[in-house]
Amino acid sequence: MPDMEPLLRVEAVGKEFFGNRVLEEVNFSLAPGEVLGLVGENGAGKSTLMNILFGMPVIQQTGGYEGKILVGGKEARFQSPFDAIDAGIGMVHQEFSLLPGFTVTENILLNRESTRYNFLVEVFGERISTLDRRAMRKRADDAISMLGFSIDPDTVASEMPVGHKQFTEIAREIDRKNTKILILDEPTAVLTESEAEILIQSLRNLAGRGISLIFISHRLQEVMDLCDKIVVLRDGRVVKEAKPAGTTVFQVASWMVGRNVETRGESRRQRAETEAALEVERLWVDMPGETVRNVSFSVQKGEIFGIGGLAGQGKLGIANGIMGLYQAGGNVSVTGAKLALNAPDVSLSRNMAFVSEDRRGVGLLLDEPIDWNIAFTAMQVQDKFVKKLLGGLIKWRDDAAMRDTALDYIERLEIRCTGPKQRAVELSGGNQQKVCLAKAFVVAPEILFVSEPTRGIDVGAKKLVLDTIQRVNEEFGTTIIITSSELEELRSVCDRIAIVDNGRISGIRPAGCPAEEFGVLMMGESPVAVSDTVGGNE
Amino acid sequence: MDSAKAQAGPKFTASENVKHFFVSNAVPIIFLGLSAAAIPLSGFSAGYLVQEMLTRLARNSFLVLSLLIPIMAGMGLNFGMVLGAMAGQIGLILVTDWSVVGIPGMILAAIISMPIAALLGLICGKLLNMAKGREMVTSYILGFFINGVYQFVVLYLFGVNGILSLPFTDKPLRIPITNPQLVLSRGYGIRNAINLTGIRRVLDNALPASLRFDFGSGPFTINIPIGTFILIGLFCFFIIWFRRTKLGQDMRAVGQDMAIADSAGIAVERTRVLAIVISTVLAAFGQIIFLQNIGTMNTYNSHEQTGMFSIAALLIGGATVSKASIANVFIGVTLFHLMFVVSPMAGKELIGQAQLGEYFRVFVSYGIIAVSLVLHAWKRMQERERARRGLRGEG
Amino acid sequence: MMDGRFKKFIENFGWPRIIIAAFLMCLFAATPLVGVRLDTSISDTLVRVGMNGVLVLAMVPMVQSGCGLNFGLPLGIISGLLGATTSIQIATSADAAAKSGAAQGLWAALSSALQTGSRSALLFAVAIVIAVPCAAIAGFVYAQILNRVKGEEMMIATYVGFSSVAVMCMAWLLLPFSSAVMVWGYGGSGLRTTISTNGFWWHVLSDFQSITIGKFYFPTGMFLFFMFMVFLLWAFFRTKTGTAITAVGSNPEFARASGIDVDRMRTISVMLSTILGAIGILVYEQSFGFIQLYMGPLYMAFPAVAAILLGGASVNKATMVNVVVGTFLFQGILTMTPSVINNLLKSDMSEVIRIIVSNGMILYALTRKTQVKR
Repeated sequence: MPDMEPLLRVEAVGKEFFGNRVLEEVNFSLAPGEVLGLVGENGAGKSTLMNILFGMPVIQQTGGYEGKILVGGKEARFQSPFDAIDAGIGMVHQEFSLLPGFTVTENILLNRESTRYNFLVEVFGERISTLDRRAMRKRADDAISMLGFSIDPDTVASEMPVGHKQFTEIAREIDRKNTKILILDEPTAVLTESEAEILIQSLRNLAGRGISLIFISHRLQEVMDLCDKIVVLRDGRVVKEAKPAGTTVFQVASWMVGRNVETRGESRRQRAETEAALEVERLWVDMPGETVRNVSFSVQKGEIFGIGGLAGQGKLGIANGIMGLYQAGGNVSVTGAKLALNAPDVSLSRNMAFVSEDRRGVGLLLDEPIDWNIAFTAMQVQDKFVKKLLGGLIKWRDDAAMRDTALDYIERLEIRCTGPKQRAVELSGGNQQKVCLAKAFVVAPEILFVSEPTRGIDVGAKKLVLDTIQRVNEEFGTTIIITSSELEELRSVCDRIAIVDNGRISGIRPAGCPAEEFGVLMMGESPVAVSDTVGGNE
Repeated sequence: MDSAKAQAGPKFTASENVKHFFVSNAVPIIFLGLSAAAIPLSGFSAGYLVQEMLTRLARNSFLVLSLLIPIMAGMGLNFGMVLGAMAGQIGLILVTDWSVVGIPGMILAAIISMPIAALLGLICGKLLNMAKGREMVTSYILGFFINGVYQFVVLYLFGVNGILSLPFTDKPLRIPITNPQLVLSRGYGIRNAINLTGIRRVLDNALPASLRFDFGSGPFTINIPIGTFILIGLFCFFIIWFRRTKLGQDMRAVGQDMAIADSAGIAVERTRVLAIVISTVLAAFGQIIFLQNIGTMNTYNSHEQTGMFSIAALLIGGATVSKASIANVFIGVTLFHLMFVVSPMAGKELIGQAQLGEYFRVFVSYGIIAVSLVLHAWKRMQERERARRGLRGEG
Repeated sequence: MMDGRFKKFIENFGWPRIIIAAFLMCLFAATPLVGVRLDTSISDTLVRVGMNGVLVLAMVPMVQSGCGLNFGLPLGIISGLLGATTSIQIATSADAAAKSGAAQGLWAALSSALQTGSRSALLFAVAIVIAVPCAAIAGFVYAQILNRVKGEEMMIATYVGFSSVAVMCMAWLLLPFSSAVMVWGYGGSGLRTTISTNGFWWHVLSDFQSITIGKFYFPTGMFLFFMFMVFLLWAFFRTKTGTAITAVGSNPEFARASGIDVDRMRTISVMLSTILGAIGILVYEQSFGFIQLYMGPLYMAFPAVAAILLGGASVNKATMVNVVVGTFLFQGILTMTPSVINNLLKSDMSEVIRIIVSNGMILYALTRKTQVKR
């Protein structure tokens, strides 16, 4: 349809967050009834792009964006999602936004109910008009049938299977008569394979009726099946625009990750076989959004072991499970002896330490000073910074020792602060991360878990954090397990990298392997694997 | 997810249904049992009890009904309803002073109290929006706070002559009340006990009806306050109708999830404020109905227990912090007041101390609120757990 | 620069606090103008600070562990009352035994010891010894409830406190006390609503080394005791366990990740608060001179809550300074408004002012933007 005016045109869109460039010169267009697949690694800029398209307030609050968005040939600058909805853009978010106690009908028509006039409206305004239940049901039925699916419109949302919830969400967008463009963010992520197939078919129906779709998914095969064209984002740029015909999944995967950087693998010392520091067998971890289903691996003493994979696949669950923060099961051995799971104090007493990915939620006492943050774990687990009075009856906190240690780490890790008594909440992200590292170093662990060490911190701090981790590994022989979404970061630091997909390890490779190989492992492309893993749903 | 499905599923055996009925109505059933045991002990006649219950239903139902709308909007039990009660009392003081009697007096009192209650409700609603997640404790403390303001107004501003003067002038700062039966002898401040002779039982007796019964223990007459019941009936219809309006639907949405309602474009904070304003105004009317039945008003105490007794009655009727129906109101008022009437006498018969029964009913009022709050919070904690599990990939 | 620091100081201290402190200063300054003696005013204020101090202190452990303001203080108070009434019962029984000479063994030793000069101190100690374990048990049960309702502690605490007061109302009627000073005189059974501590442990702390200059009276012993309790609690929060409790209140997830049993720390803090409540009411009563039973303890949590908030504590952070400053400000207002304002207006407005100030302070704390993190 080259001669038609595109429904949506994105021209040279760019975005910076606090000097950090996340999108640059993004161009693409979308014709009526066209299905566009948007793929890219985590952090490639997909969600920022969607936030711009949908007018999310976070974009305005951080200084707007560059470039132009044209809807139906006219430039649009959305101030809020409601502007975007008025312009005919609908969005189905990754997490459900259904009211649990409302029926399908009520959810689909939330805040767009059909109403009937009554005389009180003259006094109290529109909101006092009565609902027209019959008309509402009809509209809901219409929207659902447009999807080519059937759900009882009177079912309550909390009692529906996940798949039906997803359809209800989409039906809600379709009910808006002016919806011309529908953005779907990972709509199949929570569906079983058969549900996903039905959904894909429904989406084809929708496209057939002239609604354009932007489809975001990590399941590349789906993208290839459904879409008319594929846009690949990498580091905030469109690196490739392709038609599915004549393209292979492997090609798409390599466009997504395809970079070549100096890896540690080549330059690194040859490792001699040593004893195992950590052996993990059939580990499962019940961490919300990061479920680990069945993971086995072993890490050698003194090794730096990387765990990578896409968000939500379970890589973060591994460290959290071993440290006892989430319900876990399976066999974990630390230096040959079995570890009792589900008890954080036991894991800590086995000389392991953890720098959490959730810095502000789990990693820090935000309202307490730096020295407390650094010393607390060591004090509680190892009785460091404790003066025993009355023959050990009273364990008195040794404030002076805490302060000295804090000062020492402030200097060594270059923590920028006003002193050991500054509260953690007042520090920048990078300096908070250094405090978290210091907290872990103080317990002098044999095994150190570090999750997402560089998330949300600036470039200078990034380098320092990674260097520090390597230095500790070299100087003290600490075994280190890094979990990170950034493959390049892992490849630059680690000896070996495990890739987690769908709660399982899809492969362990030396860091020196080509990036494409990791990319393919991340996509979990074998269809057999997909069906057998998600099939367990319900 | 699975368990929710199982609970709601239609396929249950009869015994399961019976069990489910008992479990979900445990509180009213326990109180029914308690009352059943205490009634014979108390020695009250059936006729007396029926009459007493009818009177008390008429007296209290309107107040308890006013609690329903904030529960619908997810704001929990509106401990701030005492604000409405105070507004109602101010209306009553003024009409008594102006000697407007009968039904017109009640209507005038309602008209006066309405803007006051609306203003107080507005303040309450705004404050509760600042204290999301701890609405109940905030509205509870606000009740005390406004009680202080109320005392200040009634004790120092109402009267023949004012104690305070307007700044920089000699004009007294006062709201004129001249009836010497209302004003303390010192010239300002309202007396503690006010006789509401002008409006006593005017609504109850507007449409008098009485039934004669004879159960073998001698004939007795039961008076039914039809007028009040008609008003209460109208209120019930209002609530049923209100649930079907757009505003009612929005309140339900806000009550379930503020974030989702907000992202759907519902004005969450405004809706919450409206829920409280409506509840407060209705509570003011409720207090006027309550006091017309009692016939006297304790200026400084009548409103204080209104909130607690209404909330306890609603909960005894089987309501929870997040779910309440009209049926809960009537069952609750009946059971609560049955216990209220019966327990002192039962206590006296049982161990010779009426005092014990009185303390028992105080304990029940507080205890039922404590237990429902605990159960609700506990359930919510478990639901949060289950919701988290729902997010996980596996079933 | 100066300006910015001043602004920050005010923000930290909070406008309501500054206004109330200034108001209190005005009240003190106005005493000569309205013909009220300054020395008695200060003396009265100090006595009330000493009386209420430990009750306010009972807020600290629960606030620090993230359980919120202890509206369930009546639970601790009831335990204290049990200690108080039991000690008086023991005293009367022992007196009777000493008179008849029928006592034997330990009981004889106690009854003769009670006839000496250390009688009141000994009885007070007995009251504390009985009250503390009661409070510990009550606090433990109370903590198990609160651990199941995280995030909604305050409202539930209020009603748990109220319910326990009502239960004890029944208990006061039924418990087998026999001492004539406590039981209703005319044939009735059950305890009186107020019981005098005179002849038992009235002013046992207050009069210890007390200072009297003219009309100025300073209850040295009571203040020493209060300061001792403050010191104990301060010291507790400097131990390993105290540090862990503070961390639980600050960020329970962090504490858990550091191997802390969060529920256990919360339990300890609730028990501590309850025990302090029990001791607090005994201190209050020895100065006040009466034990108030039945509905007496019902609303006693509110002034304590208001005082600590007035001292600058928030819903999840409180220090010893907050306790001392808050108790002084709050009790100062309570003491001074009746004498000064009433003299000025020739009318008793103190009750209204008390209601508005104390509840206004609690409202302010509840609606502040800084919310408890969970």
